[in-house]
Amino acid sequence: MLGLDNKDLRFLLIVLALTLAAPIILNPFAENSALAQFNAGYPDLMQRIAIFSIFAVGFNILFGLTGYLSFGHAAFLGVGSYAAMWMFKLLTMNIIPAIILSVIISGVFALCIGYISLRRSGIYFSILTLAFAQMSFNMAYSVLTPLTNGETGLQLALDDPRVLDAANTSGSLPDTSLFGLAMNSTAKVELLGRAFQFNAGYYVCGMLSVFMFYVALKIFRSPFGMMLRAVKSNQQRMNYTGLNARPYTLAAFVISGMYAGLAGGLLAAMDPLAGADRMQWTASGEVVLMTILGGAGTLLGPVLGAGFIKYFENIFSKINDSVLHSWFHALPDGLENFLIDVSHFFVGKSWHLTLGLLFMLVVIFLPGGLVEGGTRIWHWIRGDRRKAKRADPEYHPVHIAHVAEKEEF
Amino acid sequence: MGILEVKGVGKRFGGLQALADVNLSVAENTVHAIIGPNGAGKSTLLNCFVGKLIPDTGSVMFNGQSVLGRKPFEINQMGISRVFQTPEIFGELTVMENIMIPCFAHRDGSFRLHPFETVAHEAEIIEMAEKMLIDVNMIDKRGMHTASMSRGDKRRLEMAMCLVQEPKLLLLDEPTAGMARADTNNTIDLLKQIKDQRDITMAIIEHDMHVVFSLAERITVLAQGTPLVEDTPDNIKGHPKVKEAYLGESA
Repeated sequence: MLGLDNKDLRFLLIVLALTLAAPIILNPFAENSALAQFNAGYPDLMQRIAIFSIFAVGFNILFGLTGYLSFGHAAFLGVGSYAAMWMFKLLTMNIIPAIILSVIISGVFALCIGYISLRRSGIYFSILTLAFAQMSFNMAYSVLTPLTNGETGLQLALDDPRVLDAANTSGSLPDTSLFGLAMNSTAKVELLGRAFQFNAGYYVCGMLSVFMFYVALKIFRSPFGMMLRAVKSNQQRMNYTGLNARPYTLAAFVISGMYAGLAGGLLAAMDPLAGADRMQWTASGEVVLMTILGGAGTLLGPVLGAGFIKYFENIFSKINDSVLHSWFHALPDGLENFLIDVSHFFVGKSWHLTLGLLFMLVVIFLPGGLVEGGTRIWHWIRGDRRKAKRADPEYHPVHIAHVAEKEEF
Repeated sequence: MGILEVKGVGKRFGGLQALADVNLSVAENTVHAIIGPNGAGKSTLLNCFVGKLIPDTGSVMFNGQSVLGRKPFEINQMGISRVFQTPEIFGELTVMENIMIPCFAHRDGSFRLHPFETVAHEAEIIEMAEKMLIDVNMIDKRGMHTASMSRGDKRRLEMAMCLVQEPKLLLLDEPTAGMARADTNNTIDLLKQIKDQRDITMAIIEHDMHVVFSLAERITVLAQGTPLVEDTPDNIKGHPKVKEAYLGESA
């Protein structure tokens, strides 16, 4: 079915089921319990996880398969957001045209940047993409202000034309919608002391991310995907086998740019606002982090990485002093203050330190990312420790050490 | 008129005249060896055939068409395949994938966007690849990752990858360099078998005289960038000029 073999189909169905049930699964703690703040089942976070999964899955098509490390993918995310915002301002609040335009515009943009950047490989390619993204960022801030509204960011306004929509008489800004279904509409279900929120916007993002995951799965299993892995493996042999590596890498670049554009369009569709900082190099770095943390070149890795980082960003950063006080208040004062001072380094505004340490641990001990960790645990549970590495009759892409990682002694 | 016609080819690297006025004709369906001492320009010459280098002077015609100025992948699509001195294969892929890639290149040309087809459904390609693996006796290794294979197996795989494209001309750059005796003999047997079974022209660069004299039908001796003699193996063996080139004038 769907052009997949049974194993892949089962895999896809599991991903679909997890996506559908996410509002329940991510909400394991009762509403007023001490652990309630670790619940991730609220719409804003779930939307972000789904959107950044799309971003990272697309990035992985370029980085995981061809090995070309782009450091400028946030540019496509930003361009997608701006394109979507213009659709909301000019045409309609329906998200369909906005998303279509953001994918097209970012695809064209990726074609231009990729055409130039792919003249070089390795570190030079990374630097070129980084340079282009920073140029886009700075231009969005300065000379392109008529298009991007500079520092303030592009926002909706009451006097926007929105030619397809009925005249706005309510006096408040309209909501983004899918044929009338507002993206911010949420059905709340109280059950077992837990408040489950089923949000329309999340299901749009979630379903699109499952679909994009399916597209990535198809690409991984296609001759095209095989050629992309050949690009990573040995370009010399590829050239002398009569294959032109350039258009293959360019196609991968454009596809991953379109994924990023879709993610950007969805960000704007969930929260109609587009600012230039979405294109900044830290945003490009974040998607690299997600992909490597989850496992570059694996299918599920980028999704895990995106979920992991977004969860940390939203949950750990919320643990502030008062939360820490409430945790440690039973302890003697001196100890309480000491623990809070230590925790300070790892939570709240300093959550980046925790993320950085985790990232280091993963890269050092699990070069294949969280996916490798999962596989190892799986084999460990089943008792065959030696199988942890090379037993893969379907030859799913595996992590291969980059040149710099290979041990010389 | 040979399948490969080289006329007046010269190549200079700075102060070094690597090739000077090389004329060579490789006849169809023969095994033509190019030998010579170190630095004679053998590899430079080969690189001029495959688009890695462009000679300063002269022409290289393959099947009546010039190869000069074409990119390596275009020359390959014309029907020239190349085996490298150290086997160049797709190290991170399996044996089967390594063979399937040239099958795709042979069928679909240098680029085709096929992101929604499935490799596992390409019956024609799989059959082609499996047949080739049976021919070179590697079918039992089809799922193996190539990084862990022996040098001889890598060489065998690389040749299979070239052959599955059904090239008209196969260029071999020291196919047995650095191989153990047994691997060398296996390679010779494989090449003989290829020669007997297919209509294929081979041009071999080789140091190992055992390999050269067991395979070649024609030999060109290259010294200091110029062809010294071209003749049959029997005549080359005792040729005084060849001895001189290899052992120096005093010998």
